[in-house]
Amino acid sequence: MKIADLVNSLAADPVAPIRLGRRLGLALALGAAASLALFMAALGPRPDFAEAARTVRFDLKFVDALALAAPSALLCWRLMRPDARPGALALLLVAPFALLAGAVVAELLLVPPDLWGTRLIGTNWLHCLTLIPLLSIAPLTALILAMRAGAPLHPALTGALAGAAAAGVAAMIYASNCTDDSPLFVVSWYPLATLVVVAAGALAGRRFLQW
Amino acid sequence: MRAALAGDEAAYRRLLEEIGRAVRAMARGAFSRMRVGDADIEDVVQETLLAIHLKRHTWDGGPKLAPWVNAIARHKIIDAMRRRGARRLEPIEDFEAALAAPEAQDPHLRSDIGRVMEKLAPRQRDIVTAISLDGQSIAATAARLSMSEVAVRVALHRALKSLAAAWRSATQ
Repeated sequence: MKIADLVNSLAADPVAPIRLGRRLGLALALGAAASLALFMAALGPRPDFAEAARTVRFDLKFVDALALAAPSALLCWRLMRPDARPGALALLLVAPFALLAGAVVAELLLVPPDLWGTRLIGTNWLHCLTLIPLLSIAPLTALILAMRAGAPLHPALTGALAGAAAAGVAAMIYASNCTDDSPLFVVSWYPLATLVVVAAGALAGRRFLQW
Repeated sequence: MRAALAGDEAAYRRLLEEIGRAVRAMARGAFSRMRVGDADIEDVVQETLLAIHLKRHTWDGGPKLAPWVNAIARHKIIDAMRRRGARRLEPIEDFEAALAAPEAQDPHLRSDIGRVMEKLAPRQRDIVTAISLDGQSIAATAARLSMSEVAVRVALHRALKSLAAAWRSATQ
């Protein structure tokens, strides 16, 4: 088969109107909705949710998770194009870490040293380590499926970012149930749970995002 | 490309042929620089065209098409060189400078696409062959196979996707 022959086939194949951004956004929304439904059915938010929502420590967990999910998802969207450059957007990935580091410093200043250990270990670390990856499954799957329409030059990296976005969404959902609000707890366990999902995303990316 | 995305088949055909020539020049430049023989060049060109076709919605529609085409071509050329076991992988920046080259006419050219085509389902292979090699129209193919035109289009699209997938698995 020669080039001209192949061109015959390609020209005869109709235009497929795929809109990447919309597909990705839809996938993220559907994945988050599925995880939220699962969470509400199985656990639900903690009983004192309304009260907790008025404390800075509790709210910070959501801000932090959002600070991870938003730039990760935006970078996924960008890296789906083969000629993409991550650009300044990649710098935004520093935001959740900077935010968390600031919160940890403040907590260390506010809380007496003999309480540091108990705050760090908390009571829910096993929950945190299992529920975040579990609640990430739906958004990660949806994101990877949607991103198969893309053409990322770095499939593993793009998959890892999808993992980070999914973990951010899952953390936001899980945080409403978790009673450990101290940044010392958050900095110890949330990133660990996130890392599991990021690794899963990288593997899935290498496997499913090749083109 | 804009016209092609709007459904102008003739414009798309011209564009693909032009891209094919540019990619051939890029591949030839890269292969000779890496001292890889150029037996695979036509395969790389075809694989790149297929990728460009299947991923055309990843072009952002901006003022320039070339960076997007080059990114895909570079990706596919590097893949092909890896497949050939080229050890010295150096950054390949100046493909674009190479001149457009004519298609090689060597009848003994070793071609992967033949092998890749064998992996298609018989009906898909039939459709691709009819439209590619025999230059038949969708309508004629549909009539011959007593399928609807839509079904032929869908089958063709699936066949092109499996072609790309088969190629990919040959790479890994």
